[in-house]
Amino acid sequence: MGIVSIVIQGTLLGGLYALFAVGLSLTFGIMRIINIGHGDLIVLAAFVAMVCVRALGIHPLATLVVVVPVMFGLGYVLQRGLLNRTLGDNILPPLLVTFGLSVIIQNVLLEMFGADTRRLNVGALETSSILLPGGISVGVFPLMTFAVAVLVLGALQLLFFRSDLGRAFRATSDNPVTAGLMGIDNRHLYALAMAIALAVTAVAGVFLAIRSNFDPAVGPDRLIYAFEAIIIGGLGNLWGTLLGAVVLGIAQSAGAAFDPQWQILTGHLAFLVVLVLRPDGLFPRTRD
Amino acid sequence: MDPNFTVERGTTASRRFAVLGGVLVVALATLPFWGDTASMRLIAEMATYLALAQLWNLLAGYAGLVSVGQQAFVGLGGYALFVMCGWYGIHPLLAIPLAGIVSAALSLPIAFIVFRLRGAQFAVGTWVVAEICQLLIALMSSLGAGSGQSLTPAIVRTVAASKADRDMIFYWCSLGIALIVLGLVYALLRSRHGLALTAIRDSEQASRSVGVDTFRTKLLTYVVVAFATGGVGALIFLQKLRISPAAGFSLNDWTVVVIFMVVIGGIGTIEGPIVGLVIYFVLRQLLADYGSWYLIVMGCVAVFFMLRARDGIWGWIAQRWQLHLFPLRRNFRRGGP
Repeated sequence: MGIVSIVIQGTLLGGLYALFAVGLSLTFGIMRIINIGHGDLIVLAAFVAMVCVRALGIHPLATLVVVVPVMFGLGYVLQRGLLNRTLGDNILPPLLVTFGLSVIIQNVLLEMFGADTRRLNVGALETSSILLPGGISVGVFPLMTFAVAVLVLGALQLLFFRSDLGRAFRATSDNPVTAGLMGIDNRHLYALAMAIALAVTAVAGVFLAIRSNFDPAVGPDRLIYAFEAIIIGGLGNLWGTLLGAVVLGIAQSAGAAFDPQWQILTGHLAFLVVLVLRPDGLFPRTRD
Repeated sequence: MDPNFTVERGTTASRRFAVLGGVLVVALATLPFWGDTASMRLIAEMATYLALAQLWNLLAGYAGLVSVGQQAFVGLGGYALFVMCGWYGIHPLLAIPLAGIVSAALSLPIAFIVFRLRGAQFAVGTWVVAEICQLLIALMSSLGAGSGQSLTPAIVRTVAASKADRDMIFYWCSLGIALIVLGLVYALLRSRHGLALTAIRDSEQASRSVGVDTFRTKLLTYVVVAFATGGVGALIFLQKLRISPAAGFSLNDWTVVVIFMVVIGGIGTIEGPIVGLVIYFVLRQLLADYGSWYLIVMGCVAVFFMLRARDGIWGWIAQRWQLHLFPLRRNFRRGGP
């Protein structure tokens, strides 16, 4: 596989990883917590999509109409009912509660659906590709995934920098106490942030379910990819998250081209290299 | 110091407990002579978990280094033992402390990387490192790649010729390593470093303001814990006689379960992990027939404790009865010795 092809495939893979990472990036940016159960929530969304396909007989992409609102609601309830109680100076409670959630979600899915590997079938869309000049073929679905990732990021960018709600988010992220004094209800705002994060996670879950095999145990790896994309890109920077995800995707594609066994390892190594050379990530947000 | 004051470390309860603990240790040490193999195996497993729980507690509860990647050192210790015994003919029992040294040596470059991350990011960073260790070892065909390797019968026989003798030796090793780790943690916490660690636990910022070198104290703790965790890992896989990347670097077996014990029992105390250990084993026994439900229940219990009783069961007991079985405080008393 030529270098151009590796870069293109890797970039498109990065689109999927960006979808994984955005939710994690949001919760870290606003609540300063890392949700260890994030990967398992992606897998949960994939299973919800699978149930929808089975029960309603609709196209896998059409399940977004159901999965996104369901995850949005779950996010609100999860934050308001559970995670808000863990916030404070001590990093242990949010970390360990989300860690517990991860274990619970994984094993509930295992009890309900078994350990079988699954995939959502989208027929011709899955295999169709476009032939670029130079004999490089690009899958239509990966291209679509990337486009959706860019759209989601663009929409969030608009939300954060062009709306009142976005201003409230940024204010709370900068200083929750002062934001509270200005009449912002932090508990509600945090719950909304988690709801939006999980709505994006729902999109990630549906695209994951179509693009690759999944089973209840694949969540933790998705969390790790999301985390690596955020750290590579630089914390608190949405477009940085996309670029970090693309760097991770290209590193994995390069590894896979060398030897399929190396795919995941080269991704991890790229993360370590960035961490050692540029601890703040490649595209850190300017101090504000 | 003013001669009219004396510093007291022990309490009446702790002195009584020391006697009780001594009796318990003697009873457990003689178990091979009066107990059956099944109970020996259970106590040995509990002893290795006690060691892992104390070590994780020292990291997360005192040094503020919440690692979810300690399985890296369990696996590295295990593999170090298999390499030393299989390739260099080192005696398995001697290989246990040597595996600890290998693990400590490897923890330095790992610390160089993961110490760049703070708080929750540190946690995920250590996890990534453990994943990397697992993936790298799975690529090495000389170590048996993904399927792992076993200790040859010839090597196993160098520990002791008969299986009964070996079981006894492994049992005493497990008990010994638990006591050594417990002693090490206790001694460390009562030393100057322990005072620094307790200060960091209570407030990192405040401890720095009174002159605690937090970076050095944390690094020292990380390396000491890696050393001991590597030794425990070596012993665990010496007993199993078999190691594979999936077993050696298992997140569930060497970290999730350990975190559960510490959180339930009470993080940031020596007594807590002991209480948590007992509860975990009771729960596991009760739910043994329900498959993954035991993990679900465990997760729910841990979440409940983190939300409602952050100091765990021991925290509640200690506060209610002012009970400290492993006294770390310095109490001042008026009057000469």
